[in-house]
Amino acid sequence: VKVVIVGCGRVGAVLAEAFDSGGHDVVVLDLSTSAFDRLHASFAGHAVRGDGTDEDTLRRAGAEDAELFLALTEGDNRNIMAAQLALESLGAGRVIAKINDPVRAAAYASLGIATLCRTVLMSDAVLDFVGERVSGMPGIIAPSGTHHGGHAEPLVATASPAGAAPEEA
Amino acid sequence: MFVLVIGGGKVGYYLTKELIESGHEVVLMEKDRQRAEQIADEIGSIVIAHDGCEGKYLGEAGCARADIVAAVTGDDEDNLVICQMAKHHFDVRRTIARVNNPKNETLFKHLGVDEIISPTRMILGSIEQDIPVHELLHLAALGEGELELIEAHLQAGSPAVGRAPRDLDIPDGCSLFAIIRDGVALPLRPDTVMREGDKVIAIGKTECEALLHGQLIGDAETADAR
Repeated sequence: VKVVIVGCGRVGAVLAEAFDSGGHDVVVLDLSTSAFDRLHASFAGHAVRGDGTDEDTLRRAGAEDAELFLALTEGDNRNIMAAQLALESLGAGRVIAKINDPVRAAAYASLGIATLCRTVLMSDAVLDFVGERVSGMPGIIAPSGTHHGGHAEPLVATASPAGAAPEEA
Repeated sequence: MFVLVIGGGKVGYYLTKELIESGHEVVLMEKDRQRAEQIADEIGSIVIAHDGCEGKYLGEAGCARADIVAAVTGDDEDNLVICQMAKHHFDVRRTIARVNNPKNETLFKHLGVDEIISPTRMILGSIEQDIPVHELLHLAALGEGELELIEAHLQAGSPAVGRAPRDLDIPDGCSLFAIIRDGVALPLRPDTVMREGDKVIAIGKTECEALLHGQLIGDAETADAR
């Protein structure tokens, strides 16, 4: 399986190594090359310096045929934008974005992105540990819809055919 | 009309002032507390010192009853998310986003932002108006950006002068459809003979541009020799 990870922080680096040692084809992106210091020397995937919210960069990183795309930078909105580029413009398979704002996490799950919310994960872990009632929200919310309520089909489908005649425009 | 403006930089600040002057109800959200206080000192208590990307604060700012949300921060990803949250989570009818990187325009439109204002594109367009006449002029991007509306100003020495479209080798996927002659727009038929000074309007795929250039303006060598 081809996996593209945007953001080589602690979580990104751990997952990059885990997928790599699981035999998957991993590309990890970060804006700063020093982030790649987190990767163990045995990491056999690709580490690419670049902006995960830039479509060309994502394409170069192979997001078009990624079966799994993870957006794990420190910025909720950067993750959202990277995830939507991967899903809508590049046609990546499964897309997961880290969104620490619970409201945004819920909203984007209904727009087609699986969302991972650290706020919910951690607060529930603490509440559970001390025996208080947890929120009951899942740590990863599965996508439950698409953002286009019936209007356009994904960008990737409209942009691909080679012979779009001007009359059709 | 109730307008929610997100981002208290120069654009958001002047936009808010203008809207108030024309009698609209406005709330401005600016996450930098110092900047927010500075603006509030001047224009009053309509400034909320919170991050407009955060769902909770958008709700508190009255996003659900906003007629228009204008996201004018300096960060494209923030503007995108603000508009999407407004649209999908708060059912705002009209969303406007400032886009700094012109490459993001297509994505924003596709993802449901109603209106996109790209200062970079506008300045670029203005500069391109001044580009030497032997260039093709880009008037607009069409469709999802794979088609372009192009204007070619025919000069003496252009291979198209004295010929009609059917005599030219027009690349597949391109259409020459009008000329502007003496300030009047005329349909360009296969047998319309083009003259020096005509402006030919064409629609074509982006990658056909070089071929169109060769047919309407001439090759780079001939243009340079002129």
